[in-house]
Amino acid sequence: MSSAAFVIISIFTLAAALAAATLRKLMHAALSFAVALVGIAAFFFLLGAEFVGLALVFIYIGAVAVLIVFTILLTRRHAGKDRGFNWSGVAIAVAVFGGLTWSIVKTQSLSIVAPHVPALTVKRIGQALMTSYVWPLQCVGLLLTAALIGALVLVMEEKR
Amino acid sequence: MTPTLQVFLIVSAALFSIGLLAALSRRHAIFILIGIEMMLTAANLNFIAFWRFSPPAQQPVGVMIAIFSIAIAAAEAAVGLAMVIAVYRHYRTTNVDQLDQLKG
Repeated sequence: MSSAAFVIISIFTLAAALAAATLRKLMHAALSFAVALVGIAAFFFLLGAEFVGLALVFIYIGAVAVLIVFTILLTRRHAGKDRGFNWSGVAIAVAVFGGLTWSIVKTQSLSIVAPHVPALTVKRIGQALMTSYVWPLQCVGLLLTAALIGALVLVMEEKR
Repeated sequence: MTPTLQVFLIVSAALFSIGLLAALSRRHAIFILIGIEMMLTAANLNFIAFWRFSPPAQQPVGVMIAIFSIAIAAAEAAVGLAMVIAVYRHYRTTNVDQLDQLKG
């Protein structure tokens, strides 16, 4: 885990996330969000969780970001731009960031370097998913099915 | 010098705050959803960082929680965007300030 890679990825990610939160045009913000997700996937690769990084790229950039773009295209007849900015939200966000950073820096037990761990193979993840985590896995499958049906029911045409 | 757990947590806190900023200060419903997704991803980054910096365990618990959290975030995004489309059909706007029919 090198320091230079960490600095580059964090600047990239935070700049893209800030652009996603503050850009006026909705489409630009959605694309910046996808770029920020690439940065977070790079963090996961840096931390040695390659499988989760790939899953993030597939699910978030392949599905969620495309879904957001589709929704923008379906609903943009009136609101191409987002006017108005609530400045009290900025104050709250800065206060939350200050509080979190202060408590993280004050906690001495968090200033540790990563221990040497064996590489996490996909085989180990698969074995864990199929043995100890099989019950949560089935519940997530049920939840995804329910969410799919619920989303379909929500956007169905209203009968008149 | 290699990065410590603290700097990962600070980056994650910054990402969470940016998501909070997007969710609180924008008026468009899709921006609010983007902010919520960003906060969820910051939480995932925390899970992975704590997993990587803890001593080796029998099960990769942090990775498992992150995988399930990503799946739940995908379901949440699908339902949220469906709600945005339903609200747009009904009110012809996605500006959350104008959804004030229940306002007393």
